[in-house]
Amino acid sequence: MKTPTIKQDMVVMLIFSAVILTMPVWLEPLGASYPDLLQKFAIFGIFAVGYNILFGLTGYLSFGHAAFLGIGSYTAVWSFKLLTMNILPALVFSVLLSGLFALLIGFITLRRSGIYFSILTLAFAQMSYNLAYSVLTPITNGETGLQLARDDARILDRLFSEAGEGLPSTDFFGFSMSGYSGFYICAVLLIIAFFISQRIFHSPFGTKLRAIKSNQTRMKYTGYNTKPYLLTAFVISGMYAGLAGGLMAATDPLAGAERMQWTASGEVVLMTILGGVGTLIGPMLGVGIIKYFENIFSALNEQALHQAYAFMPDWLATVMVTLTSPFVGEGWHLTLGALFVLIVIFLPGGIMEGMNLIKKRFSKKEAEPSPTEKATETGQ
Amino acid sequence: MSEKKNSAGWSRRDIMKAAGAFSAAGAMPMFFSRGAWAENNFRNNPGKAASIKLGFNVPQTGAYADEGADELRAFKLAVKHLNGEGDGGLMNTMKPLSLKGNGVLGKKVEYVTGDTQTKSDAARASAKRMIEKDGVIMFSGGSSSGVAIAVQSLAQEMGVVFMAGLTHSNDTTGKDKRRYGFRHFFNAKMSGSALGPVLKKEMGTDRSAYHLTADYTWGWTQEESIKETTEGLGWKTVKTVKTPVGAGDFSQYITPILNSGADTLILNHYGKDMINSLTQAVQFGLRDKQVNGKTFEIIVPLYSRLMAQGAGKNLKGILGTTNWNWALKDKGSQAFVKSFGSEYGFPPSQAAHTCYVQTLLYANACEMAGTFYPPEVIKQLEGFKFDGMGNGATEYRAEDHQCFKDVLVVRGNENPTSQFDLLEIVQEVPRAQVEYDAKIFGGELGPYKV
Repeated sequence: MKTPTIKQDMVVMLIFSAVILTMPVWLEPLGASYPDLLQKFAIFGIFAVGYNILFGLTGYLSFGHAAFLGIGSYTAVWSFKLLTMNILPALVFSVLLSGLFALLIGFITLRRSGIYFSILTLAFAQMSYNLAYSVLTPITNGETGLQLARDDARILDRLFSEAGEGLPSTDFFGFSMSGYSGFYICAVLLIIAFFISQRIFHSPFGTKLRAIKSNQTRMKYTGYNTKPYLLTAFVISGMYAGLAGGLMAATDPLAGAERMQWTASGEVVLMTILGGVGTLIGPMLGVGIIKYFENIFSALNEQALHQAYAFMPDWLATVMVTLTSPFVGEGWHLTLGALFVLIVIFLPGGIMEGMNLIKKRFSKKEAEPSPTEKATETGQ
Repeated sequence: MSEKKNSAGWSRRDIMKAAGAFSAAGAMPMFFSRGAWAENNFRNNPGKAASIKLGFNVPQTGAYADEGADELRAFKLAVKHLNGEGDGGLMNTMKPLSLKGNGVLGKKVEYVTGDTQTKSDAARASAKRMIEKDGVIMFSGGSSSGVAIAVQSLAQEMGVVFMAGLTHSNDTTGKDKRRYGFRHFFNAKMSGSALGPVLKKEMGTDRSAYHLTADYTWGWTQEESIKETTEGLGWKTVKTVKTPVGAGDFSQYITPILNSGADTLILNHYGKDMINSLTQAVQFGLRDKQVNGKTFEIIVPLYSRLMAQGAGKNLKGILGTTNWNWALKDKGSQAFVKSFGSEYGFPPSQAAHTCYVQTLLYANACEMAGTFYPPEVIKQLEGFKFDGMGNGATEYRAEDHQCFKDVLVVRGNENPTSQFDLLEIVQEVPRAQVEYDAKIFGGELGPYKV
């Protein structure tokens, strides 16, 4: 395992930051450059990057991370209701509370590994979902979702000003959380989250987590107690999910139980696998693809298709519309499913593997990769 | 690993330079943020554009997908009529009418669609896409009160008018009402008031009711309103059970009814949920039972023809209410049925009717205001009285943005003459009987300017 130097890490960080911050520009031709979707890219980016710390490094496949997302959201909305519309306390509480829940759930579920661990996490997430959906209705407002009201307490805000007319909106010391400023706040948090994740990947702690993934038994024989490391990784990724959940509530102050459903947990697994498990950038790519499909592809209707094929002769355009319409609009799940199957079959390492293959093809003439590098790559 | 030393021949310095240039360029749009508010500069102001965009946000997947599909058909028809294509539909019967059949304020009407998935999150994401990306000046649709309430508060935040589609919860125009949200559809309170006298006549004053309730805002308020009505008649409420939306299998909820001592089942379900729960209730033999010396009865307070189609013969003889039915004989209803029928080959549902009417009402209000500036349009809609859209004389009450009009009490048709002739109108309950004080639910509309 060759650890990249600090300088190389810096370069990656800089490129990553530049790419994230310029998203409003380069996503414009793709039709995805509007604040809500940009915010979602950043927020789910945080979620997936955090999830990858657990799944990518230790290989522990959690099917219940949406629970932490939901806990983060509910905490944030309650903070907006009771304390202040500033997102800072909301996010702090979201991260802390979801961390606490992750500690509890992790402590129990990490007693098992492999499929049993996955099932246990799934069970806990589903339990949280059902609690939020019906039992805890006074706290969560059930399926309708928790919303702000004009006459909420908001103790801290009331110290400084009277309640205005209409619903207040969330902000970060004067920067509004909706629109482009909201995106930049999320983006900066994503960059910080990415930076922390990068440090973890390249730290001795990260190496230990990888050792757990490759052979936990052997690691135990060498005298390491693996459990604290696993639990730490679990809690960290839970806190990432909590931050993402808090941000979701900050950009859109509403928390619904469906955020905790198993489909939401499954989504982050899909994102990570699609992009490349255990790679730093991969999960971000997965987020981009899935959210793009969900928001842009799903909105294409026949009218839009007809416009897209307008350059063709009429009969051909009609044929093309008939052929493609099952795959867009409400059929976007179908397209995504097909893409997922293709990627898993041909590129088990996700898009990152594809990119590495391309990179290798181009750089082949210059230098063959050394045998050790090859070995690390197949090891993933 | 992804962060291997790059071998493409870029030095670190090159990369840093490029990155710096990129981020500088990327930060530019931050300084020119849009969406500032002024009389002539409101969100998505069409300005001098030749067309305007409306957003139709309907469930295309999930338990309410049938309603969503029919809503979308109605929206498309409304856009056609607004642009002066087709036979004009209700624009021929609506009174007073300011629309001219040349779009709205001379601008051609275009539309975008989205899938709410009957989930608040998805619906808001989809609505935000319409507002932020597509630049719609009004959005409409939806087939769940949970969704309607969620997107209605979004409408208020964003300053874009939302004309609610199918939403029947008291909260939509009650405690969660918003200045930017309008509802043409009736609500649970009105269903209760309309149903009361008919229940008294048909089933008497001594019954024990068992509620199965969809577990969200609509189910809760409907249960509350119907309970209030039936207990007012002297009925007992044996038990109320909440069921998850989209459960599919309701047998675990229906078995306990058999021995509960109840003689009436009230199904506060809608869409596919209602089809499933009713079908299962009938299969379990509830309707053949005799309890307390009375025949077991089922009531479905909110009916729709689409559900009736799904439930088939199980619905025969079951009472409920509906906002509108294609069998109505007034001119407006007939014009709409004719125009919808010739376009799609079958009659419209109440979901289609309410969405079509909402679109026309919004367009008409813009025409009356002479501008798309939302506060002016809202003021035109508030207190607007109109006729000829089915349901007789109707008023958009200014205090809570709820439309008041006649409500239909219907019964599953015993002898349908066609596959669409499924509901028989028992009574057209006059508007005066279903009216209530706007203050009883609390809530606040909020400001005109946001």
